[in-house]
Amino acid sequence: MRRERCDMSEVEGGERGGAGGGDGAGDGVADAPPPFSDRVLENVLENVLQFLSSPRDRNAASLVCRSWYRAEAQTRRELFIGNCYAVSPRRATERFRCIRAVVLKGKPRFADFNLVPSNWGAHFHPWVSTMAAAYPWLEKLCLKRISVADGDLSLLAHSFPNFKELSLICCEGFGTAGLAIIAEKCRHLRVLDLIEDCVEDEEDETVDWISRFPGTTTSLESLGFDCVGSAVNFEALEALVARSPALRWLRVNHHVSVEQLRRLMARAPQLTHLGTGSFGSAAAAAPLLQGGGSSVEDLAWTFAASKSLVCLSGFRDVEPHYLPAIHPVCANLTSLNFSFAEVTAEELEPVIRRCHNLQNFWVLDTVGDEGLQAVAATCKDLRELKVFPLDPREDSEGSVSDVGLIAISEGCRKLRSILYFCQQMTNAAVITMSQNCQDLVVFRLCIMGRRRPDHWTGEPMDEGFGAIVMNCKKLRRLAVSGLLTDKAFAYIGEYGKLVRTLSVAFAGNSDLGLRYVLEGCNKLQKLEIRDSPFGDSALLSGLHHYYNMRFVWMSSCKLSPRGCKVVAQMLPLLVVEVIRDRDEDHDNEAVSKLYMYRSLAGSRNDAPSFVEIL
Amino acid sequence: MEVSVSDFDNLKATELRLGLPGIDAPEKPAPVSPRGSKRALLKANEECWPGTSKSLEADTSNQEAQPMAKAQVIGWPPIRSYRKNSFKARKAEVEAAGLFVKVSMDGAPYLRKIDLKVYKGYKELREALDNMFRCFSTGMEGCNGSEYAITYEDKDGDWMLVGDVPWEMFISSCKRLRIMRRSEATGMPSSP
Repeated sequence: MRRERCDMSEVEGGERGGAGGGDGAGDGVADAPPPFSDRVLENVLENVLQFLSSPRDRNAASLVCRSWYRAEAQTRRELFIGNCYAVSPRRATERFRCIRAVVLKGKPRFADFNLVPSNWGAHFHPWVSTMAAAYPWLEKLCLKRISVADGDLSLLAHSFPNFKELSLICCEGFGTAGLAIIAEKCRHLRVLDLIEDCVEDEEDETVDWISRFPGTTTSLESLGFDCVGSAVNFEALEALVARSPALRWLRVNHHVSVEQLRRLMARAPQLTHLGTGSFGSAAAAAPLLQGGGSSVEDLAWTFAASKSLVCLSGFRDVEPHYLPAIHPVCANLTSLNFSFAEVTAEELEPVIRRCHNLQNFWVLDTVGDEGLQAVAATCKDLRELKVFPLDPREDSEGSVSDVGLIAISEGCRKLRSILYFCQQMTNAAVITMSQNCQDLVVFRLCIMGRRRPDHWTGEPMDEGFGAIVMNCKKLRRLAVSGLLTDKAFAYIGEYGKLVRTLSVAFAGNSDLGLRYVLEGCNKLQKLEIRDSPFGDSALLSGLHHYYNMRFVWMSSCKLSPRGCKVVAQMLPLLVVEVIRDRDEDHDNEAVSKLYMYRSLAGSRNDAPSFVEIL
Repeated sequence: MEVSVSDFDNLKATELRLGLPGIDAPEKPAPVSPRGSKRALLKANEECWPGTSKSLEADTSNQEAQPMAKAQVIGWPPIRSYRKNSFKARKAEVEAAGLFVKVSMDGAPYLRKIDLKVYKGYKELREALDNMFRCFSTGMEGCNGSEYAITYEDKDGDWMLVGDVPWEMFISSCKRLRIMRRSEATGMPSSP
């Protein structure tokens, strides 16, 4: 197999061997013991290298020479695998033998939007079984878009006696039974964070996992289960919070009423991050059970006592008359997540006007342009804004528009990251934002109507996005939408020199669009495209760059099996997957979904029948 | 023969309608003014790529009662199902969304549909079914008596006898109803 030279500085840990001697495998390197003097030097080196934490720095260090490669491998403590199929578990664990923390990412991001059939892959099992043997002292695990079964959680709990932190983000395949085993067996657990997972139980098989935590004082610092659909045993939860003096982060699910929240907060006044659950009264749902709900004053008093709160989220079924209760903590808040709260501008204003220190704000478009104007008026330190649609359909009535975007750009000059869903937009507004917010690193604009032009001028949105890449010199992540011609991509290719992640949907006129990007954006790592007219010749124009990328996703474009095969043949270290929908004709000439990624592991052996690896 | 006013009333009685006998067809609701007539302009830019779902044209003419919503494309807008389901789940819990299930009866030429949420318990359900299918029974006991048994198909696809589980559990797992002849249900010949 040919080994391609590529830009090693882009590689994440464990994905490429690449020692200085040109031996990419690393298998033979560690075998021959170095002479004594070199060993001394290596010890010194190890002592120095342990201060290096960033994977990029470590990758660079490992390329200097074999000695550095060995020293780095011995001292690396955190393993970052950006694509679970880019390297085999065995290979990773053989190179890095002293790992304490692993970050593992699986499915492509478009799986979040049902574009990847279920059972596609990204199974945790091969990783956890290999790590169980190789890393008995593993402490931390963070999984994103991985398929995790209850059995895997059980294996985890039984294999790592020193296990401390588990974060599961956008994962699925497990239920409360798995959580129960984690709670029970991981006696040193500090962090259990479930973020936007799909936690599903078989009917009537919900387990009371909260009761399974040790009965003594726990070392819990963070507990987040706002995505768990089933209610937890509240008395057990309250008791758990009471015996967890180190608890700082608590995120409960929507089954927890505001009365119950008060009780929890009373037990844990030291909380810094709070997910408030429903923020609605249980009394509303069952008036005979409660003797009237909590009063706003009582709730406000409880919040006033929580002097350390800096982050609030939840508000799943918020009753607006309870909102004033959070006023006492607003001035200290750096993060506020209202993205599930259906509040109007009038209801938002009294809250947001007190949030002078807010840096992260997530909100629903129910607040409208007027609500965003209120944000712009107060939150001068805002770094990140996400505006989600209440009604995520193409033809719904939009509540936020170019007006809100301009207001934000004028008020929040330090903005670094924005995600904005709207029904209509203008080039002028986007250009204004590009001029006002020069620190933008992430710009994601989703005009929900497909191929919708500037609603004032009727023109494509090319100039707006062009201005973004031209003026925002730190831009690393870009998502485009609306009516876009190849010109927009010409701008992106010419000016988007730092762009690492690009998301494209229903855009462009011809192969030229994609060519501009592949030829111009030399830092591009993640490319996801859907429903755009890019064909084989555009695909082939990126051959020089694909080894530098984590992945390319193209669905419903104009690719043919022939073109994809050529890529697979020219780049043997690239895994080229063609994913078919269930009811698709196998003789179909068009490729409906292409997912390709560099890999040292070759074709995976767990591909389901609807995936063809070329 | 002269046509008098009373004759007009009689004519109404002989009028052919699609509704079932004994039911007055409600007045058709007034047409809702269509939203988004600006869509017509934007449609000119739209093309269909192979592999994308074809979207139905939103009808913007004022003659139509209501515009058809555009067929939703998979995964667009890009909102995670987690977020979509959070709002849907809440709405399902809070609102009295209808729970319509088909009801078939052995021997009846057509099926009916009922909203299970409307009934408070099994007694009301049986009475309603009795009323609904009275015209098809042989006149002996109606579907409430010994001639028929009411069964339902649950989430797992099994056919169960109505009445065993608590009402709330029943309506959450019932997918369709079938009024079965007792002879079929028990395997014994029906009484003559």
